[in-house]
Parts: sequence; C-alpha cells; structure tokens
Amino acid sequence: MGIYLPIAEISVNVFVLLAMGAAVGFLSGMFGVGGGFLITPLLIFYNIPPAIAVATGANQVIASSFSGALSHFKRGTLDFKLGGVLLAGGIVGSTAGIYVFALLRRLGQLDLFISLLYVVLLGTVGGLMLVESLNALRASRSGAAPVLKKSGQHNWIHRLPFKMRFRASKLFVSVIPVLGLGAGIGFLSSIMGVGGGFIMVPALIYLLKVPTNVVIGTSLFQIIFTSAYTTLVHATTNQTVDVILAFLLMAGGVAGAQYGAKAGQRLRGEQLRALLAMLVLAVALRLAVDLFVTPPNLYSLSAAGLN
Amino acid sequence: MAGLRAFAAAASLSMLFVLSPATAQTPPTESIQIGLSTDAISITAGFSGADLTIFGSLENPDPLIARQGRYDVVVVLEGPPRPVVVRRKDRVLGVWINLDSETFENVPVSYSVATTRPLQDIAEPAKYKQLSLGAQNLYLKPADETDSPATIQEFTAALRERKAATGLYSENVGGVQFLSQNLFRATVRLAPNVPVGTHKARAFLFKSGMFVKESSAQLEIRKSGFEQSVFRVAHDYSFLYGVFAVSLAMLTGWLGRIIFRKD
Repeated sequence: MGIYLPIAEISVNVFVLLAMGAAVGFLSGMFGVGGGFLITPLLIFYNIPPAIAVATGANQVIASSFSGALSHFKRGTLDFKLGGVLLAGGIVGSTAGIYVFALLRRLGQLDLFISLLYVVLLGTVGGLMLVESLNALRASRSGAAPVLKKSGQHNWIHRLPFKMRFRASKLFVSVIPVLGLGAGIGFLSSIMGVGGGFIMVPALIYLLKVPTNVVIGTSLFQIIFTSAYTTLVHATTNQTVDVILAFLLMAGGVAGAQYGAKAGQRLRGEQLRALLAMLVLAVALRLAVDLFVTPPNLYSLSAAGLN
Repeated sequence: MAGLRAFAAAASLSMLFVLSPATAQTPPTESIQIGLSTDAISITAGFSGADLTIFGSLENPDPLIARQGRYDVVVVLEGPPRPVVVRRKDRVLGVWINLDSETFENVPVSYSVATTRPLQDIAEPAKYKQLSLGAQNLYLKPADETDSPATIQEFTAALRERKAATGLYSENVGGVQFLSQNLFRATVRLAPNVPVGTHKARAFLFKSGMFVKESSAQLEIRKSGFEQSVFRVAHDYSFLYGVFAVSLAMLTGWLGRIIFRKD
C-alpha cells in the first residue's frame, strides 16, 4: 500500500515503514537504546532526503524515549536533577546544531557531513563495544569471574570546580562535564536525528560514574526533551519534519519495543552487546561504502536560497 | 493513479471571415492562438504524470503553404522560474564531496515542449537561441557572470541533463498535430514531480523556417488533498506543526506502552 509523504514529497510503502519502525523498535527495546541511530540511516537508504530523515528521526525518538522513560519513572530509576542539568546543556548544543545544519545545507555539504558523522561515531562506538563484549564473552567462557569496576574510583572529571549534589544518583560532581555532555548530545541530536543514548549511556557510566540503574531512565528523560526541542526547531526553521513518516515509524516502533524488551531478558548481557555492536558496525560500513563509491551522477541540483 | 482532473481543452476557434477583394491585395499576416479550457488544474498527491492537451488555431494561413506543410508549431509549457544551484562532486582523499557549484537565476522548474517536427528541421539553431526556445537552447542566466565560459557551459549542460533525466524537461516530437488547416492539437508531458505554481503555455508559429508569431496563456497547477494540507500547515504554521508533531510522538509513546505493555 503506497502513501505519499507530504514533506519528503515521495511515495513510499506503508508496510515497509511500519516494519522498519517495528524492527528498530524491537532492537531498541532489546538493547535499551532509542533507535534513532538506526532509523535515520535506514530512511536514507530508503531514499528519504537526509535533511528530512534527520528531523523526522528526532521526532520518532520522542515516542520511544517517552514510552521508556515512563516505565523508569514508575520504577523510580530516574534522576530528575541530573536529567535537568543535562537538558540545560542539551538545549544549547541543539541550538548550535540547528545553526550548523542550516549552514551546511546552504553550502551543499549537509549530506556528506551527516554520513561522515555517522560513520565516525557508529564505527567508534560499535568497535569499542565489540571489543569489550568479546573480551567479556571470552572471560566468562574461560570461567574467570568478571572483573568488577571499583566504585569510588575518581578521575580528572571529579577534580573540576562547581560541584553539585545529585541525590538520586548518589553523586557529587562538577556541573561542567554534565553540561558539556548534554551540549554534545544535543548537537548530535539536531545534526544526526539521534537521541544520543548510545553515547550518553556509556558516558554517564564510565565518565561520571552514575549508578547503572538510574542511567537509562535519566538518559531517556533528557532525550525526550532534547529531541522535542530539536523537532520543534527543525519544524520552524527548516520545515523538514514529516509527521506522516514519523507516525508510521512510531506506531511500528512502540509496538516492537515492548516485544524487544521481553526478548532481551532471555539473552545474556555480553551476547546482547556483541550483537548490537555488530549491527552498529554494519550500518557504519554501509554508509562508509557510499562515501567512496563513485556516484552515478556527479552533478546535483538544489534550490538556491534555501535557508 | 493519475490524478489529473482537468483537461485543458479547445477554446478559441476563431472563424475565418471572407476577406473583401480590396484587402486581399496585401497578404494577411498569419497569427496563432491557443486556449485552455481552465486556468487551473489540481493534481492529487499520488499523481504519476499525465499528458496535457492544448488546442490552438492558426489564423489567416496561406492555403498553399498549409498544404505543403510548411507551417510548424512549437508549444511549450514552462514551469515557474526559480534559482537553482548545480553542484559537482569530486574525489577528495577517496571521498566524493560537492566541490564546485554554479548558481543560475530564474531556471524554469519544468519545461515541456511539443513540436510538429524535430526542432532542427523547423528552423536554424540560431533562431532558437534568439527566441530562447527548446530545452537545449533555453537561456540560463548564471548568477555570477564573471565565471569562465567553460565552467558556465559545463554547469549549464549538467543542469539541462539533470532536468531531462528527472523528466522535468521533455520534448515530444510530433506532439503537435494539425487537425485541419487551422486547428492543431498539442500534447505536452507533465512529469510526476511537476511543480506547483503558475505555468506558462506558449505557442510559436514558424512559416518555412521563419518565426512568425507567438501566443501564450497561463495555467495554475495546484496540489490538492490531505497531503497538500499537511504541507501547507507545515510551512505556514510551522511552530504549531512542530508542537503537534511532538505531542503526537508523546501520545503514541504513551498509548504504545498501555496497549503493548509486557512488564
């Protein structure tokens, strides 16, 4: 069944989009990630213009993170104060990102920049995760007890000034890295159409030493607002949010996420992480290939005077 | 599939009056008229392209020349003019990057031509350049005229090629047929991605390779339906549209949890 997307201005198949949303939702439920980093490249592979894929991806991320944050809120595994500070940074980063987005679009380098960012970030995160999970798998196979991270260990981040106490996270830390992290994620959110959970979660755990149980809820809480802000600004400045496209992805996504979460409970953590790492690397590789393969048309047209 | 709802049809069938012998001494000048039955057509979102038929008439034709088939008609449907940037990708460290670009002012978004015969058989190429007629001869004005002629020529050619490849610039040889000595019918192609806006239909009359007269009419192409309303709201009330998109996402997330909850 075909449907015409009013903003993307192309005809697409409803079932392909629902299935795409469901598949990514399933994976995001399984791995506890927003799925924006999969949705946006998939949309680009499906010939949706990158500018629209990014803005619509941000819109779709709201639905999955809202759904996820609700369940963390009920369980009390959400640090509002930490989320709020991250969010303050996120708004600044997102605003800068939107400005860069519009600038790159005017220069005709937006598509390239989006692809490069994806290749670099997904390649790095996927590579690190794969190495870490394979080591963990090998360790558990040889029967050795997994090495536990020593808590209370401090790094340079904990020596920065402007400290603030976050009770729910049992944390006393400078606001500078928290704001900086929020800003970085906000910037990526507006340029890549991702929630940024795949960077936020490891950063909170390893850099700020936030207890793992509150990390996902807090990250999701911050992502809801950063993506909402990104969606709003993209809608007003670039008019690139396609609600029809976003709704189809969300509808598939929220359904898939709940089943994915259930399936995720049956797999072991390190197996799960190894699978996710391979998936992330595959997406990065596919995008990298497109950068190097000679395009069928060297010339492209675009409307001049686009903001 | 084709959502073309209206047909531009015959309008001006001007009658030929018998000329008095006194005025018959100087041969009457020929002229051309085209008419559209409607000044606006609506296409729906699923529009997959269509043919548009335009009728027209020749006034005061010389019967001898008409019999010899030396009258030629070229009909053009020209989309609204817009500035366009043409970019060229080049390899930098193995990666394909948009490097050079050229901006052109007032490039018709679409340009469909219908002719009685191949353009090169109708008149001299210089004539078309002078009239800025035909996708290959259309004058495309670069925004920066100080660029080298070779560069401008390269990007102009690329612009024409890309427009033709997407079906926006098309040529229908034999698309104009004389139904009688005076009446002709032109069939121009509307691409699936035909732009909305004010299109200009123009008819050019040639007599034995010489340009005689031109006639034009305007046609408004609109999109209709739900998708078009969404598009308009997204552009006219972009902030409210954004608020709606965000609320819809939150509602979907909340409902999804209630309906599919597994914990």
